[in-house]
Amino acid sequence: MSTTLDEMTVRTRATTSAELASGRESRETVGDVTSANPRMVCRHVDVFYGSTQAIKDVSLDIGKNEVVSMIGPSGCGKSTFLRCLNRMNDTIDGCRVTGSITLDGLDIYDKGLDPVPLRAQVGMVFQKPNPFPKSIYENVAYGPRILGLTNSKAELDDIIEGSLRKAGLWNEVKDRLDKPGTGLSGGQQQRLCIARTIAVSPEVILMDEPCSALDPIATAIIEELIDELRSNYSIAIVTHSMQQAARVSQRTAYFHLGDLIEVGETNQIFTNPKHKLTEDYITGRFG
Amino acid sequence: MHTSTLLILVLAFMSLAYYVGRKRAISTAGGVTRINTLHSLPVYYGLYAALWAGLPALLLMGLWAGFQDDILVALVKSELPATMLDGLSPGAASLLVNDIKNLASGAIVSRTPTPEMQLAADRYNLYNQFAVWAMWLAVSALALGGMAFAWLRTQPKMRARNRVESIFMAILVIFSSIAILTTLGIVLSVLFESMRFFQEVSPLEFFFGTLWSPQTALRADQIGASGAFGAVPLFTGTLMVSAIAMFVAVPIGLMSAIYLSEYAPRKVRAWAKPTLEVLAGVPTVVYGFFAALTVAPFIRELGMSMGLNVASESALAAGLVMGIMIIPFVSSLSEDVINAVPQAMRDGSYALGATQSETIRRVIIPAALPGIVGGILLAVSRAIGETMIVVMAAGLAANLTANPLESVTTVTVQIVTLLTGDQEFDSAKTMAAFALGLTLFVVTLTLNVIALHIVRKYREQYE
Ligand SMILES: Nc1ncnc2c1ncn2[C@@H]1O[C@H](COP(=O)(O)OP(=O)(O)OP(=O)(O)O)[C@@H](O)[C@H]1O
Ligand SMILES: [Mg+2]
Repeated sequence: MSTTLDEMTVRTRATTSAELASGRESRETVGDVTSANPRMVCRHVDVFYGSTQAIKDVSLDIGKNEVVSMIGPSGCGKSTFLRCLNRMNDTIDGCRVTGSITLDGLDIYDKGLDPVPLRAQVGMVFQKPNPFPKSIYENVAYGPRILGLTNSKAELDDIIEGSLRKAGLWNEVKDRLDKPGTGLSGGQQQRLCIARTIAVSPEVILMDEPCSALDPIATAIIEELIDELRSNYSIAIVTHSMQQAARVSQRTAYFHLGDLIEVGETNQIFTNPKHKLTEDYITGRFG
Repeated sequence: MHTSTLLILVLAFMSLAYYVGRKRAISTAGGVTRINTLHSLPVYYGLYAALWAGLPALLLMGLWAGFQDDILVALVKSELPATMLDGLSPGAASLLVNDIKNLASGAIVSRTPTPEMQLAADRYNLYNQFAVWAMWLAVSALALGGMAFAWLRTQPKMRARNRVESIFMAILVIFSSIAILTTLGIVLSVLFESMRFFQEVSPLEFFFGTLWSPQTALRADQIGASGAFGAVPLFTGTLMVSAIAMFVAVPIGLMSAIYLSEYAPRKVRAWAKPTLEVLAGVPTVVYGFFAALTVAPFIRELGMSMGLNVASESALAAGLVMGIMIIPFVSSLSEDVINAVPQAMRDGSYALGATQSETIRRVIIPAALPGIVGGILLAVSRAIGETMIVVMAAGLAANLTANPLESVTTVTVQIVTLLTGDQEFDSAKTMAAFALGLTLFVVTLTLNVIALHIVRKYREQYE
């Protein structure tokens, strides 16, 4: 894959300590940021919260039938980058995104583009579970309803059961679908939010630490789901678990203080990282 | 020798006690270097001493100031010649005591003083002087005693902090119970007077009668003074005016809350919100004459041009203006509630491909609904209790009507008219005001309790 080198490809250049200390200049990404069969293409993305820059010149592709995992220390901008991909940052006052991000060749930050249908295409599971204060059933039914995906109650019921099953929640909630979703445990809420997202069958799914509150069994179910979804969709997942990244993803991106330090095939990143920072992080020497 | 001087003296004692207490604590610990052997910081030993010096003394002062005069009067009275008090009604006796006091202070007296009265007044003055001296002595002694007590008790093992904290807590409890007891007192007095009213007028007539004409006859032969106390026209009048007000306030308030919290750009919000809140700052009396002098004639003319017969003081005019008054109330409460819906809810909805209006309709409003309902209930109880606007614009005629163009009267208006001017305090007419007040109080209290309950439930949902 990395034999076709475009402008983004491997630029081995030692990071000087002066650069490290200043923290101003963006670091150049090591590894191939492109994907053979890209769905989303991000080039030179900068994100500012007011005057502070949270993402510095990041370029990354998310390919078809591919899971890209994003790892990196807390506060390095993983969530921020993820939120750029479906324009969720629009809802934050003072947040500014520059650079280009395309979905199937269409610039999603184009002035004429309506972010509403985009978000139906690019779904998102948030870092903190945020079920609506409605019943479990209504939580999952919300998306299909507003998008008009179903014609009958029976169809809707099918979608809801299917989504809850895939998220590994069905058995726990099938007898209390009419109880409020906010009454579930943290991990159950997280799975409810996953079910809610896949109920509208988005083509790209962004998952921000979807398993942070889950036990190993529920985590395994979600990882199975991710693997299954991959056959039709593209997935970007943020995780703090290196094992999880290794298990579910084909490519891994390592973020550090707003920079995309290294991108590569997951295997290569975890067995043979090229950048010192990546190596430090995955071997647990970071901070 | 004023009491305020004594108060300052006690405060001085307290500061002194504070320093002495601190010093003492440090010295019992064995010097500044060994402060860590004290149970509490030295400050607390100081406060402990200051409280011992101050609290009992202040308490005594308060009691003394409260009872001194009663005791002196009783003393002076008991020394009056028995013939002077014989056959006097309680009222006349207290008048006599008053005269003696006035004589003592050199104020104007309502009768020519007799030698006995002069003697009594002199005694009163003498006792008074003596009492003041005694109070000074007693209070100072108590302050010093308290200080000495604290001094003796101070030792490293004493838990000064815990004691001081529990005293402060007790003080807080006392102050908060003042508010509660006041409310209770008002309720009881209203309740008591209402009972008296209901002894004269049956509750059945009051709550279900449809004729309201509270003029009771002063003379038996007076005409038109039937004294009918059927409050139903007042209740319906109140309901109608409040309903019209809510009809105005709820949609406008809610819409502006939604606009301000969800759509308005920051700049618009920055001036629109304070402007809206200016409405809440307009004194109700201003709304009242706006209603009576501008809105009511306008409605009347409008009605006439359409061939309708509109009273010059219509329920509609009062209700409309009251609604305008309540708008900021509804809008700012709803806005708070809408803002309290976490951003994560909105994000969750947007991330599923919902538009802003879908998000508002299907997520935010349902989530905020309990709080909004609570806010509206509070606004209703505000409308029901509102007085000035209806006094000026709704009228006095107790019509039982469902036509908002006619003049109606409300519970609050009737309370005002029953109690303004010179009144005898034991006529059914006056006591009717208490019964009305009680009804009003019970209704608004119920509404408030329900509203607060709903709002609290709603808050819990997001905590
Ligand atoms: N709404 C915001 N306003 C201002 N600054 C923000 C905002 N959200 C995030 N940031 C800042 O941007 C940087 C990146 O935050 P981000 O949430 O993307 O980190 P993260 O990599 O997801 O961390 P974590 O692993 O802890 O979730 C942080 O320094 C953070 O303080
Ligand atoms: Mg994050």
